[in-house]
This record gives sequence, structure tokens and C-alpha cells, in this order.
Amino acid sequence: MVLITGYVKMNGTEINIKKTGFLKEYFGTIFTSLSSLLTGMKLTGYYFIHPNKIITEQYPDNRATLKMAERFRGEVTLPHNENNEHRCNGCQSCEIACPNGSIKIVTKHEISEDGKKKKRIDTWVYHLEMCTFCNLCIEACPSKAIVMGKKFEHSVYDKSQLVKILNKPGSKVMKEAEE
Amino acid sequence: MQMTRKPSDITTDAKSGEVLHHEGEFIINMGPQHPATHGVLHLKIWLEGETIKKIEPHLGYIHRGIEKMCERLSYRQFIFSTSRMDYLSAHINNQACALAVEKALGLEVPPRAKAIRIILAELTRIASHELWWACSGLDLGGVTPFFYAFREREAINDIMEETCGARLTQNFIVPGGVMSDLHHNFQKRVKRVLTQIKDNLHEYDEILTGNIIFQNRLKEVGYLSREDAISYGCTGPAARGSGLSCDIRKLYPYDGYEKLDFDEIIFNEGDCWARYRVRMAEILQSVHIIEQLIDSIPDGEFQAKTKNVIKLPKGQFYQRVETARGELGVFIVSDGAATPYRCKFRSPNFSNLSAIPQMAQGAKIGDLVAIMATVDLVIPDIDR
Repeated sequence: MVLITGYVKMNGTEINIKKTGFLKEYFGTIFTSLSSLLTGMKLTGYYFIHPNKIITEQYPDNRATLKMAERFRGEVTLPHNENNEHRCNGCQSCEIACPNGSIKIVTKHEISEDGKKKKRIDTWVYHLEMCTFCNLCIEACPSKAIVMGKKFEHSVYDKSQLVKILNKPGSKVMKEAEE
Repeated sequence: MQMTRKPSDITTDAKSGEVLHHEGEFIINMGPQHPATHGVLHLKIWLEGETIKKIEPHLGYIHRGIEKMCERLSYRQFIFSTSRMDYLSAHINNQACALAVEKALGLEVPPRAKAIRIILAELTRIASHELWWACSGLDLGGVTPFFYAFREREAINDIMEETCGARLTQNFIVPGGVMSDLHHNFQKRVKRVLTQIKDNLHEYDEILTGNIIFQNRLKEVGYLSREDAISYGCTGPAARGSGLSCDIRKLYPYDGYEKLDFDEIIFNEGDCWARYRVRMAEILQSVHIIEQLIDSIPDGEFQAKTKNVIKLPKGQFYQRVETARGELGVFIVSDGAATPYRCKFRSPNFSNLSAIPQMAQGAKIGDLVAIMATVDLVIPDIDR
């Protein structure tokens, strides 16, 4: 018996615990552990009766008021103005800067009014499923054509839905962004 | 309890004669899907009754070949992949890569960029230690601490989101500085977080540190001597709990840590309780470091001018930093091209994991969870 003899068997060797004060220590530990437990419970009780100190956000319900940070990296977007014009001139700097090949830019040659051949984008393919949101494409873009969007709810049922074509049909490059 | 063994109790391999199994021994597989391993770590445990005889970690469940991937990425691009190693100190990993490239180029980083890097690195360290505290409480049977630690960590993550654009895998550091300047709210919010942490740290002590049940599960459990810590290559709080001075910020200062006043926290006991107290004290030291810098961030450029395509000179370059878990070393071999010829990461968790069989020798199976909680393993950093 542990309590009477004061000997405890541990790993085959007997450890002698001082007989005097053993019982005191044994019950003392119970009381100190109970009091330390109650100290913690006091704190949880404090927050239980102060619900205004709770910081939890009710996420799906607060969609209307949810505001993402200014620099939040949600997805790569190619903004168009009201005349269906974007700033991308097809230099492919972002494609080279991308570490995991999530950007593919297909270019074509257009012949302008004065008869010169000019490189223009045909399709701006963005693979959201491969993107790691490292921001290197945005940094690399010389004409500030692409920016990071705020949308972050990207879950879909099929991977192919995440391959996006960013330039709208019939869109053109802005005059000031040409070359 | 000692068992006498007869030769018939031992199972041996028919070909090699290697002893596979003793009668009376259990073999228990902990993981790869186990809530207390925080990831896909697989520990094969030999038990005699409840006592641990031997532990064999099995790795490779989350190996992604980051080192090999880095060989085809340019020096701007390979930084992002290191965020995926130790994702809780992603910013510090990025800093290590950028510092290695800057060392090779002989590039002088502007003082403003250095200050921004240190502040963000210390915020990352605080956030990482908060998460460790939350999870060690969770591992040892207390769910409530988790929410208290995440309250402060959330505030830090919000700062990261506002300034860096991402909460966890920031990729805010580029060779030569940082990606963009600080957000105008940054100083105000960091000061608010620091006061919040200092005001609330006593709650951590009330709810978990002072709890006798929690203390008894950590005290005199998982002993690691100073000599063993050196021979296993342990670094970080796991080694500093064994009395080994190994803080890279003190020993090999980088990015201006030499100008700052802070203490290296060392405890000599070598048990789980010592490792616990090292981390709790480190939170306050990180707060102290940020307080020195936050009001005196130097003006000027946030990024040094670099060439569009960075090419390192031929040679070998090594840079070490102190992450939240220990020493991270980045070793780059360059043949003069735009991509590294070989890239090797010396990750702190791999070495710390190798000391776990030593710590758990003769311990009970329930203590193993306490040992793993205080070593603070991040599994993707072990496998890379």
C-alpha cells in the first residue's frame, strides 16, 4: 500500500518517500490542484458573464458587412474600364515571374491602322487552382494591368471551373498602356 | 517491471537474423492520422506495458521535394516555397532565403527594410508561440486555452493581412528588402497588439501555467541533457530548455539584431516544464524587441535596387536564422546561373524530432504527447 508504507514502486526500483509529511503532501496536492483549477475556472466564468468581450466573428452571416484588407490577395484580376478596355499589352512578364505556371498568355499580332504589326493578347488564362497568391506577378507587371481581387470564396465542385479567362470578349488595350 | 525472456519469445527475420519482436512487447503506431501529432507524423512505438522502449519516426508522408523544386525557380521565386516548410514561421523562412541571396550578391539592405523585417519576424514568433501554447493545452487535455491564445494570434494575423496581404504564408520579403511599404495603420495596430498581449499574458498563467495538473504532466518528464541536445543537433527552445545557448539572433546576428537589447532565455532543467517556460518567456522578449523598434522605424527606401534577373556569383553560400523552432540554415550552391544549382535547407524540426526517442526513453506512453507538445513539431518542415 502506497499510503501506509510510504514506498512507491517505479520502474522496478523502490523509491523511499519520507514517511513524515507524506499524507500531508498527498492531500495538499489535491487541494492545490483544485484551487489552481478554480483559478482557471474563475477566468472562464469572467468571460461567460462578459459576452461583450468575445471577439468571435459570425462569418457566413456577416458577408454583407465583411470588409477585406486593402492588400488582401484573393485572386488575380484584370480590371476593365467602362469602354471594355484593359491595360495589358501582352509583355508576358507575369508569366515569367510566376513560380508555378498558373498564368498562360496567348498572344496574337494585330495590324494597326498605320500598317504596323503589334503584339496583343488573345486570351489571358489564369489557373486559380495552381496559384499560391505570392504576389510576384503583380510586382512584375510594368503597366499595372493586373491587381489582386478581394474574393476569397473559391470552392467549387470541379477543378476545371477554376481555370479562368481574364480578358473579356472584344476587349481592347487602353491607348496609354500600349507598349 | 522486468521480464525474463526465453529464446522462443523472440521473433527474428528469417534472412538477416534481425530481432523483429519480443514476446510481451507491444508495437503501437502513433499517426500518421493522430490528433496529437499536428500533422502526418508516424511514430512506431515499442512498448513494454506502458513504458516506452524504443521509438522510430517514419517520415515521408508530406515530402514535396521543395529543395528539388528550388533548382528550377529563380532567386526571386524560390522564396515563396519556403513558406510551405515551417508555415508558422513563414516570414522568418523567407527572410533566411533573402538573406542568403543578399549575402551572395553583397547587397546592402536599406535600414527601413531591416526594421520592417525584424518587427514582422518577431510578430511571427509571437503568433507561433501563441499557437504552440494553444495546441499544447489542447494536447494535454484542455480545450479552453486554445481560444485565449487565438484571440491574440488573430490580432497579429490581421496585421499581417493588412500589411503583407496574406495571413500565414506572407511572401512579403524579396531579395534587397520587402515587397511594399508598411500600411499606414501598422504602427497603431502593432502597439495595440503589444498592450493586448502584455495585459492578457496573466490569463495564460491563470488558466494553464499555474494549473498543478498541467505542471505535474510536464515536470521531470522528457529529460534531455545538454550533451544530448548538442549531439542530436537540437536548436531553438527545445535546446535552450536544456541549458544550451543557441540563439542565432545573439550568436550570429543578422538584419540588425546586434543593435537590439534582448535576453536569450535559458533554463537548465532539460524537462518539458523548462521548454514550456522558455517559450512563455520568449513571447515577452519578442514584445520587448518590437517595442524598441516600433517608434523608430527609419525613413527611406524599403527595397534596394536589384537587377531584373538575379544571378549569383559562382560559389557556396550559407545563411542561418532563428525561427520560432530553432536554427534554419539555407545553403545555396550557385554555378553562376539564374537558378540555384543545389539548394539545401537545414530545418530545425528534423533535428528536434531525432531527439524525441532519447527524451521518451523509459517514459510512459501518456508522457509522449507532453514531450511532442513541448518540442513543438511542425511536420511539413521535417519532410520538406
